[in-house]
Amino acid sequence: MSTPSAATASRWRALTHHHLFWPVAVLVALLLINVPFTPDFFAIKMTDGHLYGSLVSIVLFGSPLILVAVGMTLVIATGGIDLSVGAVVAITGALTCSYISDQADQNALAGVFLAMGIGLVAAVVCGLWNGFLVARMGIQPIIATLIIMVAGRGVAQLITDGQIITINSEPYKLIGGGYWLTLPFSIFVVAAVVAVTVALTRKTALGLLVESVGGNAEASRLVGIRSRRIKIMVYMFCALCAGIAGLMISSNTSAADGNNAGLWIELDAILAVVIGGTSLLGGRFSIGGTVIGALVIQTLTTTIYTIGVPTQTNLVFKAAVVIVVCLLQSPKFRAKVFGAKGRGKPAAPAQPAAPADAAPKMEVSR
Amino acid sequence: MSATTKTRTAPEGRTASQASAITRLLGDRRLPVLVTAALFLAMYLTGLGRYQNYGFAEPQVFLNLFIDNGYLLVAAVGATFVIMSGGIDLSVGSLIGFTTMFTAWLVERQGLPLIVVVPIALGVGAFGGFLMGYVIHNFEIQPFIVTLAGLFLFRGLCLVISKESISISDSTVSTLAQTRVPLGLGELSIGALVALAVLAAAFYVLHYTRFGRRVYAIGGNEQSALLMGLPLGGTKIAVYTVSGFCSALAGLLFMLYIQSGDPLHAVGMELDAIAAVVIGGTLLTGGSGYVIGTLFGVLVLGLIKSIIQFEGTLSSWWTKIATGVLLCAFILIQRAMTARKQT
Repeated sequence: MSTPSAATASRWRALTHHHLFWPVAVLVALLLINVPFTPDFFAIKMTDGHLYGSLVSIVLFGSPLILVAVGMTLVIATGGIDLSVGAVVAITGALTCSYISDQADQNALAGVFLAMGIGLVAAVVCGLWNGFLVARMGIQPIIATLIIMVAGRGVAQLITDGQIITINSEPYKLIGGGYWLTLPFSIFVVAAVVAVTVALTRKTALGLLVESVGGNAEASRLVGIRSRRIKIMVYMFCALCAGIAGLMISSNTSAADGNNAGLWIELDAILAVVIGGTSLLGGRFSIGGTVIGALVIQTLTTTIYTIGVPTQTNLVFKAAVVIVVCLLQSPKFRAKVFGAKGRGKPAAPAQPAAPADAAPKMEVSR
Repeated sequence: MSATTKTRTAPEGRTASQASAITRLLGDRRLPVLVTAALFLAMYLTGLGRYQNYGFAEPQVFLNLFIDNGYLLVAAVGATFVIMSGGIDLSVGSLIGFTTMFTAWLVERQGLPLIVVVPIALGVGAFGGFLMGYVIHNFEIQPFIVTLAGLFLFRGLCLVISKESISISDSTVSTLAQTRVPLGLGELSIGALVALAVLAAAFYVLHYTRFGRRVYAIGGNEQSALLMGLPLGGTKIAVYTVSGFCSALAGLLFMLYIQSGDPLHAVGMELDAIAAVVIGGTLLTGGSGYVIGTLFGVLVLGLIKSIIQFEGTLSSWWTKIATGVLLCAFILIQRAMTARKQT
């Protein structure tokens, strides 16, 4: 037992056991896969005062997903799930675009802000409804949010009258497709939302409260945490994030499509959260992990495009990723597969300590 | 707490007071099914009143509910098994889409006869369900996330087969699709008959066999089912296998109904199936419900569609909104019932 090697080993251990190690490793691996196919993958060019490059476009196209996934993270941290985000994306886009399209001057700033406000308020109301069903009525989250998932798209189509509403508004174009300070504007929006979320959950007790509600809602209530109110807030926040994503998506395409806007984004978002190492059982979460998870998904999509694999296999790859990530997160799978190979430890005792990403539950600042 | 025993075992609470009669009714497990059946009847009668002059009263309109929704009924029956066991299967719609695509590809592009293709398709579906069940049970991953992977996988496989839809011109398929079985007042398609047969089989299996009782027991309380010595793993895996099989069969019926394979067929149908099961009164937490309720759930959903068709002016998105509202109402009814039972 020489000390240097032990020290290296322990440092390696600390690194690999960091909760962000695997998501980051996957992201880096995915990015590197691109290099042999597109040698200038990491190159970033400046054209017309805008930065262009694969990395920029990954963040640009991934922005709505990051937003939805960040909101979803908090919901999942309380032990819930929100299936309605895709429908909320559609409703927000539909309301905002139909309001803008009704205006005489679509470029008027006041009108655009009002339209965005209307869209976001509608989103928050959806969140309030979800939270009410989950926290007050005690309905399982997957079912409670199923209602808006089913009805919401109908409502969005009702708002747009079944049409795809196209608009032509310069200020509105900015939020999802515009540039600011040479970077896509949506990056700033995402950065702001992520920063606020991290600040609220990690610099205040809010994150701890969310985790404790997710750990055991009843116990939290008994120690004096208003677990119902926290749950409702979390669903409202999630819907707000989805609403902002809805603005971005409709702004990027300058159109509102009640049927297809945000289709399957809830599934991608849940996937991002899971890849990021947040347990679906609730009780702990990692915003950073989620952001990386969302980037992994977007990079996967981009990689599939650049490598020249037929795009239709996209979903198969995603399925493979879900399965692999879930299997790796399952203590039982690890015990069975890796434990059986005999690392010198019996499988059973190794199992409880196993999750590499299982940071102590009560750790507040990360 | 004492309310628990009272509502569960009705006989002792035979005090003639009205309050207890209401509690008893609310505690009756059959109530949701009865409510759905009554709702169906009310909707049907409303339709009769409103569209009498448009031929709504013809028995064939009623039978068309089975012809147009046979595939949904089969898928919903599969979902009933899963939900009854306390799980959930999100891969239903994708598996249906995949089956239409797979069979269309085998029949049209590979020239295999339908009689060979059908067992293969059913086998693939059942095997898909088995795999998902295996992973769910053996690695203790939530059913929701495993079947989500299944959703992605099967939809992806659809697209791998072909991005474009494949229309089926096989003569066996078109003969089967066009065959109508006269039934006194009207006629039914082969698909509708198969769906009814599946329903009957599911009814028998769930209510009269050992397997059915195990499904209920596991859905009611997994821990106590395990302590009772029930084969937890086997039953769970079997439930997902049944669901996979039913989805594949639903896919075949859908293929017959629409006579083509398309990578976007049946997107989101898992939600229709889940909605039908819930509206049919099966408890989403598992352990309670009737497969007949699922039939009424499907009929109610189908009736919404045909009423909207008869209305003419209403647009298709009202179907989604109406489904959502109904779903909400029934979830709240369920909640009221379970709250009484459990507190």
